[in-house]
Amino acid sequence: MNLRILYFARLRERFGAAEESIAFDGVSVADLIATLQARGGVWAEELAAGRAFRVAVNQDIVALDAAIPDGAEVAIFPPVTGG
Amino acid sequence: MTPSPIKIRVQSEPFDLGAEVNAMSQGRTDIGAIASFVGLARDHNDGSGVSAMTLEHYPGMTEKALAALVDEAGARWSLLDVTVIHRVGRLLPGDPIVLVAVASSHRGEAFAASEFIMDALKTRAPFWKKEETPEGERWVEARASDDTAAERWDAP
Repeated sequence: MNLRILYFARLRERFGAAEESIAFDGVSVADLIATLQARGGVWAEELAAGRAFRVAVNQDIVALDAAIPDGAEVAIFPPVTGG
Repeated sequence: MTPSPIKIRVQSEPFDLGAEVNAMSQGRTDIGAIASFVGLARDHNDGSGVSAMTLEHYPGMTEKALAALVDEAGARWSLLDVTVIHRVGRLLPGDPIVLVAVASSHRGEAFAASEFIMDALKTRAPFWKKEETPEGERWVEARASDDTAAERWDAP
């Protein structure tokens, strides 16, 4: 399936991209993170186990075991710091 | 119950606390209390001077997340009106960042709901701050104390 992925704040700068579209053959958020980690470099570093990041699917923050529906808008970002 | 005339705005322009609070009670006499909170940009953080900050957000999700927080507050307390305004873009020390104002019949609900909304906003609304300091630019790190503040509302 095709996914649109958005990156924000520090991760947007580290990855050098605000968004991208990818073809994804996994099921869960964890599968997507593993796919991105496999790119190596900053991707492996920033998305390593124990690093603090959040994932939203269709604009709701979800856990790593959440399923990703076809055509979803996924966003990956650091813990929020507004207010 | 969700208070009906909720106002949620994300904007780069400043806001006027007095005008926002006055607008809430305009033309009605059932409100007995309005509690308001304004967060300001500080000139220091984590041991460094801060000369400016830039707030980034996730358009679409931000409004959705704020509306969800306000809905939760409305389900938990009996509220008559809620206003939440959060600014984005570049702000200078002393500039207002966020306004939360809650109207209810009595003060207890207005105080509690406004504090809940701020605590929840701090951990769930997708905003990020980048500070300009003498050492250069840096992204603000999330604070464990904000998680603790938000979690105390989870207790039964």
